[in-house]
Amino acid sequence: MAEENGGLFSKQNRALLIDPLDDNNPITVQVLGICSALAITVQLKPAIVMALAVLFVLVFSNVIVSLLRNLIPNRIRIIVQLLIVASLVIIVDQVLKAYAYDVSKELSVFVGLIITNCIIMGRLEAFAMANGPWKAFLDGVGNAAGYGFILIVVAFFRELLGSGKLMGYEVLGHKAKTVAESTGLYHYGYENNGFMLLSPMALITVGIIIWLQRSKNRKLIEN
Amino acid sequence: MDRNSNVYTFLFAIIMIIIVASGLAFTATTLKPLQAENVRKEKMQNILSTIGVDVSRDEASQLFGDYIKQELALFPDGTVNDKVDAFKLDLSKEVKKDHDKQNYPVYQAEKDGKTYYVIPLYGAGLWDALWGYIALDSDKNTIVGASFDHKSETPGLGAEINQSWFEDQYIGKKIFDKSNEFVSVKAVKGGAKADDMHGVDAISGGTITSDGVSMMVEERLKNYVPYLKNN
Repeated sequence: MAEENGGLFSKQNRALLIDPLDDNNPITVQVLGICSALAITVQLKPAIVMALAVLFVLVFSNVIVSLLRNLIPNRIRIIVQLLIVASLVIIVDQVLKAYAYDVSKELSVFVGLIITNCIIMGRLEAFAMANGPWKAFLDGVGNAAGYGFILIVVAFFRELLGSGKLMGYEVLGHKAKTVAESTGLYHYGYENNGFMLLSPMALITVGIIIWLQRSKNRKLIEN
Repeated sequence: MDRNSNVYTFLFAIIMIIIVASGLAFTATTLKPLQAENVRKEKMQNILSTIGVDVSRDEASQLFGDYIKQELALFPDGTVNDKVDAFKLDLSKEVKKDHDKQNYPVYQAEKDGKTYYVIPLYGAGLWDALWGYIALDSDKNTIVGASFDHKSETPGLGAEINQSWFEDQYIGKKIFDKSNEFVSVKAVKGGAKADDMHGVDAISGGTITSDGVSMMVEERLKNYVPYLKNN
């Protein structure tokens, strides 16, 4: 509970929120949730919606599991956690279909993937089962933000270099059939790198981010 | 109660499931009408887009009646079955029936004094279902517009079939050859020749989805040949 550590935003609680952004990032440090980082980072928009959906599911499932932590029978705890996550994902999917139809079409298959996102199960099992709801809430927000941040960075570079667009807008100019008719960079013979659209490049982009992060943050380097 | 006892575990599981199930059932039933409405409007939007009327989903439901004059369900021989509401036909269920038991929906549209025929399509891609609409000009041969969509094709590859660069290739292509035989329009791997009236460029890296579109167009349009030739 919050009182035990003095204040809602005590140093310890702030760490729950901030650590997952850098020192303990779920993707680049714990290397969890890589599967969805590969799948939905071809374009920026689905990546952003995915980040928000994961935020919702992770925060709520963390809080719910934390509230129930003293009631959940130990032997079926994983099943109970899955049940909670799956229900929240179905609710997200249904609400999107009713109120944000275009976004739901964009995400279609990926919403279901949230259930299998290792970050969520990981946080429930490692954190929510052992901590109070307020801490679980902060932990959920922090981890979802750490996940979403990497997702958005990867999607930014993949969409920009792969299809020359951001959020669907042609930021590098318009590519016509011939170089002469094209505008922007394409006018000077620039070509999109189709390889960026394929999954391996997501892995390599994540790899580059990990490399940059470790070169700045020395304490992450293992001996 | 002992949290590790079997009785507690079962009780907990049962109560949990009842709460979750009723919660989900409630959400699903409450949101169902809104979702169905979205799907209905989107169908109208897709049909209108093939005859060159590009409007938002909300406008589509208002304008639909202005453009679409007749919604027909056809027997396999091309005659009209007036007992069936064409708009409500679910193609995903129709295609599973035998050829002569199916209803074939077609929409007659009027725009700027010309009549168009919009034919719904349904088929399979690499991962899941494909669907779409093809609009034919009043000569019942030239394609004036096509709209495709998919459930879960690969993003960036097969999923590109719902992009205008792919769909617009179909405009101006013909489904009958010079001797009036049905040949359909195919997505050609490696690119269609510029003068090919029955081929469009397939998607690199999306061969199976492209083939799925070709098959879907051919299989579905084939059924309308009696109707298109007779009327």
